[in-house]
Amino acid sequence: MKTELDLTTGGANMARRSFLRYAGTGAAAVAVLGAASCKKDYSERSNSNDIGSGDMGVLNFAYALEQLEAAFYLQVIATPYSGITTTETAYLTDIKDHEVLHRDFFKTALGSSAIQALTPDFSKINFSDRASVLGAAKLFEDTGVRAYDGAGYLIQDTNYLLIAGKIVSVEARHAALISNLITPGSFVASDQVDANGLNYSNTIAEVLTAANGYLKTKVTAPNFQYYA
Amino acid sequence: MNLFEIIDEIEKVDPEIHERLNPRRAAIKNITSFGSKVAVAAMPFALGTLFKKAYGQTATPSVFDVLNYALTLEYLEAEYYNVGTSRGVIPAANSAYMANIARDENNHVNFLRTVINSSGGTAISKPAIDLSGGNGSGTGPYAGAFTNYDLFLTVAQAFEDTGVRAYKGQAGFLAGNKTVLTAALSIHAVEARHASAIRQLRFNRGATTTKPWIVSTASLGNDTGVAGVDGNYAGEENTVQGGVDLKSLGSIGVVTASFDEPLTKDQVLALLSGTFLVKR
Repeated sequence: MKTELDLTTGGANMARRSFLRYAGTGAAAVAVLGAASCKKDYSERSNSNDIGSGDMGVLNFAYALEQLEAAFYLQVIATPYSGITTTETAYLTDIKDHEVLHRDFFKTALGSSAIQALTPDFSKINFSDRASVLGAAKLFEDTGVRAYDGAGYLIQDTNYLLIAGKIVSVEARHAALISNLITPGSFVASDQVDANGLNYSNTIAEVLTAANGYLKTKVTAPNFQYYA
Repeated sequence: MNLFEIIDEIEKVDPEIHERLNPRRAAIKNITSFGSKVAVAAMPFALGTLFKKAYGQTATPSVFDVLNYALTLEYLEAEYYNVGTSRGVIPAANSAYMANIARDENNHVNFLRTVINSSGGTAISKPAIDLSGGNGSGTGPYAGAFTNYDLFLTVAQAFEDTGVRAYKGQAGFLAGNKTVLTAALSIHAVEARHASAIRQLRFNRGATTTKPWIVSTASLGNDTGVAGVDGNYAGEENTVQGGVDLKSLGSIGVVTASFDEPLTKDQVLALLSGTFLVKR
């Protein structure tokens, strides 16, 4: 077995260390790893649009999607569509708050492993039009669910897998609501749920292809066979 | 630095490291599945997984155990909606919603049975179910659910939210299993879609504090207002994720609604056995 470490990516900071401790490695192993770290030529990922590899890559993938969703709903609430109801405003405000929290959580937890802040491109969305906004919201939520479901098996650490699981069901709750706002009763329609009652899932490459259509900063994932 | 250097370092602390690792070659192999080059940022977490396996901190149930447990829950949910849709309790305006959910739950039963039986396992039979929650008496606390639609929805919401939590609690046991984990997560997402829709229907019928997501307080996970299901929501009030206390980033309501929490198999079976699942 040959396993060479590549020290050209990643680094250590306090936020990630506390995250790491939670991962169950144990303080001893962390100390050992620190002692065994022999090079200091870390380059941080904070200027990169490449999600990286391994679990950090999957988490950065999630962080990219949450950045996109948060930016979208912030705009929705800042410039509400015409005819928006009080109930719709309350729902969309809640969803905005959830997506902003997901974004901020990943940014904090990933620390210096986090990819850069992404600039969205919402030129295809008419924020004054209900159908345009809810249509985009449905796309983002459905894509988010498919993304987490499709990438789950790539996550090695069960603590991260659980965190992804905690988020994906909230995205699915959003997705169902948005779908019902567009067409009541469509929350498990055949565009998202197959004949076995399973939500469709997508690969990282498929999801980023869709997401990059709404991003000025294109996200790449060469370690997951996706090149923007 | 390579993996062997790390293990050598650990050997100074734990002379038995090699013995711990040797019977678990598969655990070591997991590291190579990251690819030939592993970023150091990812490495500590890979080690966390490796050592958890080497030191045997987690007893891992078989995949069939997980699937049969899921099947138990799906039998119960399917039965609930099958009876519900046959008793005239559902108003016409909501009948499409409930028909969709019933369809999905029956599909889940059939899917899980097929997967288990076609993979060399044995799917369990449908258990004895008491939808009143009365352990076979038929006169449990939810006996009125098929004549009182608001009660029907309340019980449905608890079932769906509990189902979401139950699947989530099993994900770790399926880690790395592309086929089974992806299928389980895909069912998990559908249960969450159901939960959202039922909660929305309750809101539309006047339960104005009910949201499509679970909004807990600092001290109570349960947001249904029905104290009898406190256990089904125990732990939803958690605000710490990945070692980060999110209270500094948002209100309790936002923080708890943004993350759904898991339940263990023991927790779920303790809630259901002797109530909805008949225990003789």
